[in-house]
Amino acid sequence: MTLTKADLVQKVYEEHDFTKYQASEAVETFLRISKLCLENGNDLLISGFGKFNVKKKRARRGRNPQTGKELMLEPRRVVTFKPSGILRNKINGG
Amino acid sequence: MLNWGKDMNKSELIDILAQELKMPMRETNSIIKTIVSAMTEALVHGENIEIRGFGSFMVKEYESYCGRNPKTGEKIEVPPKKLPFFKVGKELKERVNL
Repeated sequence: MTLTKADLVQKVYEEHDFTKYQASEAVETFLRISKLCLENGNDLLISGFGKFNVKKKRARRGRNPQTGKELMLEPRRVVTFKPSGILRNKINGG
Repeated sequence: MLNWGKDMNKSELIDILAQELKMPMRETNSIIKTIVSAMTEALVHGENIEIRGFGSFMVKEYESYCGRNPKTGEKIEVPPKKLPFFKVGKELKERVNL
C-alpha cells in the first residue's frame, strides 16, 4: 500500500466540512507553498514530522562511472529530509 | 508568498495557507494536522508515501548490530530500528536547482 495525493485529499474531505474540490485545493495549495519555499532555497520545518533542508553542494570533480572519464560537476542544490524525533519514535512503536 | 525569503516553520505554513485559501487559521491548522497525521500513520504502518512532483517516503528497517559508544569506546548492542527516508521528486529536484 502506498499513500498518494488522492488519499490525502480523501482524508481532508472526510475530516472537514469541505467539498471534494475544496479538499483538493487545500492539499494542492499546501504542496505548492511547501515546494515554493524549498525552490527559493529555504528550509521547511514541520514540527512533529521533520525538516526539509536545501543543501548547497559545491562544484566537484566527478567521474562518469560507465566510461571512467573525469568531468566537472556543477554546484547544485539538493533537498534532504531529517525526520523529527517524534516521528522516529512513532515509527519504532514508541 | 512568492517572495518568501527565509526558512518556514509549521505555524508560518498554516498562516500562508490561510491567506491563500481565504480561510481562518484554525481551519488550516486542522488541515495541516490531518495531512501530517495521515502521512505519519502511513509510515507507522510501514506504507510508503508517493506525492507526485514533491517526493516519496519509505521506511527502511535495520537489524540489530554491535556498536560502540564513540566517547567511551564501550561496546553496545544497537536494537533493530526503522528509519524514514525521503526521495525528492523529479519536478522539485529540478526546480530547486534553477
